[in-house]
Amino acid sequence: MESLRSLLRPVMSVPLARHLVVALVAFVVAMAVIGTSSQYLQTRYAEMAYFAIAAGGLTLLTGLSGQLSLGHGALMAVGAYAATLVLERTGGETLADVFVALLVAIAVCAVVGVVVGVPAARLHGPYIAGATLTLAVAVPRLANQWDVLGGEQGLQVPVPRASELPAWIQDLIWFFTAVEIDQYSFLAYLGWLLLVLTFVALANLSRSRVGRRWRAVRDDDVSAELAGIHLGRARVVAFTVSAMCAGLAGGLMAMNVRLTAPGAFTITLSLTLLAAVVLGGLGSLTGALIGAGVLAFLPHFATDLGESAGLSATQAAEVTPVVYGLVLMLVILLAPAGIVGSLRSFLARSSLTSSLGQTKEKTT
Amino acid sequence: MRNTARRAVQVVCVLTTASLLAACGAGKERPSEDGTAVGVTDTTIKVGAHFPLTGPAAPGYSEIPSGHQAFYEYVNDAGGVHGREIEMVVKDDAYNPTNTSAVTNDMILQDEIFAMVSGLGTPTHRAVVQRLNDDGIPDLFVSSGSLQWGDDPAASPMTFGWQPDYEVEGKVIGQYVKENMPDAKVGLFLQDDDFGEDGEKGARQFLDAQIVDVQKYTPGGSTDFSPQMSSFKSKGVDLVIGFNTPSYTALSQIAAQGVGFKSKWFYSNVGSDPALVGGLLASMTKGKIPAEQGVKLMDGMMTTEYIPGVDAPDDEWVKLWQKVWDSYSKKGTEKLTNYRIYGMSQAYTFVQALQANGKDLTRESIVETIEKEGASFEGPGLAPFRFSEDSHMGISGVSVVEIKNGASEPLTPVLVTDIGDAPIEEDDSAASDAPPSSGLPE
Repeated sequence: MESLRSLLRPVMSVPLARHLVVALVAFVVAMAVIGTSSQYLQTRYAEMAYFAIAAGGLTLLTGLSGQLSLGHGALMAVGAYAATLVLERTGGETLADVFVALLVAIAVCAVVGVVVGVPAARLHGPYIAGATLTLAVAVPRLANQWDVLGGEQGLQVPVPRASELPAWIQDLIWFFTAVEIDQYSFLAYLGWLLLVLTFVALANLSRSRVGRRWRAVRDDDVSAELAGIHLGRARVVAFTVSAMCAGLAGGLMAMNVRLTAPGAFTITLSLTLLAAVVLGGLGSLTGALIGAGVLAFLPHFATDLGESAGLSATQAAEVTPVVYGLVLMLVILLAPAGIVGSLRSFLARSSLTSSLGQTKEKTT
Repeated sequence: MRNTARRAVQVVCVLTTASLLAACGAGKERPSEDGTAVGVTDTTIKVGAHFPLTGPAAPGYSEIPSGHQAFYEYVNDAGGVHGREIEMVVKDDAYNPTNTSAVTNDMILQDEIFAMVSGLGTPTHRAVVQRLNDDGIPDLFVSSGSLQWGDDPAASPMTFGWQPDYEVEGKVIGQYVKENMPDAKVGLFLQDDDFGEDGEKGARQFLDAQIVDVQKYTPGGSTDFSPQMSSFKSKGVDLVIGFNTPSYTALSQIAAQGVGFKSKWFYSNVGSDPALVGGLLASMTKGKIPAEQGVKLMDGMMTTEYIPGVDAPDDEWVKLWQKVWDSYSKKGTEKLTNYRIYGMSQAYTFVQALQANGKDLTRESIVETIEKEGASFEGPGLAPFRFSEDSHMGISGVSVVEIKNGASEPLTPVLVTDIGDAPIEEDDSAASDAPPSSGLPE
């Protein structure tokens, strides 16, 4: 144990190395958990993964650079449609198709992120919220303008069958979990792999010079500018990075839902993402992860609970948003810093869990 | 700091080891292969369905599953089908295709249903047809008249329609208008998806020259139809044919009154329930149009019919539905409605298929049974089913009716046809079917 400790010490003191170690361990745990879960739970984990990726991006934007976006649902829509169109063209049968589709989704969202981020950088506070809100309202409606986007009924998303995956992946999964990979577990593994990679990238970014600039811009834009930071550039970069996360999340969502339709990307989606970020604890990636978990599990839990309490299906469906709202209100009342923020005040010394900066000391 | 890091690593190591150990014994339970299918035991059959229980499409449609459940309870209390009781899981999709996909996933993986029975809606059900067929799950009697449930059994071998498809309905409406109102300037009011598209295709076979304007709407989008009604008005439309859901019947009526557009109206069956539309008009105008007056507003409107409804209380089928509803409705206060009758009529067909299938029930056998024997199923439908190996289309015809005092009066006999250029013929052979005295399909 002592030798392990001394072995770990140099690794754990370098942020990148520390993030990688944590990420690797997290991924192995995730794989084991996914591999031993039922197909139903696997779909929930996959859902949690893409929500967490989007929420992670939003955490970075809101928590670090201080821009509030109500339009991330729209960015997820852009990513979902981009990925779907690629998968449709390529047939979506191989792993390569999947990665090409996700890369295109990220790239398209990067472009959209710059286009939206540039005017947004001139705005602040409620004005950015307003501008991005219009995005959330308008973008999904575009699907009705062009036939290629499938209108209200949306587009079906082809996903590779497990048997079409490369043999080495099938073997690897078998080796770790003793369960054959299928479509559900494949999407869950893929989601968590990308989630871990995204979070490592985001955690490093926030620890880097770029992240420090963002924090400076957030906390006091005048002193940041005096210190030679280009405010606009810092904000646009933050918006773009965050948009890329939303694009990746959208692409994954398309594959999981197997349908891309405007109805999935209502303003409610943007608000729920924000809720996840607030719920978990603004500014912390762990918080985003926990918020996403609540998002993926709570509605089903509430419906099941309602039904087992003897409510009719209609009543159970109606009770779900109520439970969701109550949980959100309780967290905000009892733990204003979010779940992670409040835990952190107990474990003030923790550094391993706070991959992404400290919670805001100064609220703006 | 280092202390915490070490502890975290230790915890993670323990967790990993534990999970990996658990994984070794995993060998997930697979569906048994001994002749019975997932969702079927010696004493139960579990089926699922997605319905809009909340949201804009919920009025009316959310009542359909209660009709199903009442009839299944009636059957279960009479001993079930081949000794098996039917259990139905209903999940809310709020008429949003993305939700449909999610709840269908849950029903397949969590509830482990044997079959999807009567999932509702064209855009919504379209989202899951591929999925159900890929997984080999019977997808029976979809609550929608879109062609895609039955016109290509090779592509969707597990999926069956139930009600007359919108093309057949459009054809009958088109022919009726052409013969009886040859000078009418026709405006089409369409839901902007396969529902409107299929209806338009049927109607255009006869009315291409008479149609002067087409207006579409997106469900869940705008609720103000003044621009559409103004357009009808300016183009001189004097007959509107609507392929729309009930909420949009009410909204189009409100908008037409608002812009002073007067016309004759012909709503396809889906959007024409007088009681529901009357109630919707009352709630949407906050009582400015009271429900009774709303029902009266529907007077003189034309529509189509393919099963007897609440306006025919002396019909033998309606008597049966009333009896079932009176004994099995959850709350005695809720009335029998056309939507509950629709649900019970579908449930009747499903029970009939299970009966015909016999004791050995698998996902493949139920499909085979419906293909072989479905065309001869007797039920409340006014026209026969078209089920065969080459077609999974449902009821083959409708009759045109006019609404008077909230009830329908027939304008034509039952007119039967098929998709494409199949001729329209009179055929009321199925209209005379009477329910067996037990009320259970034999």
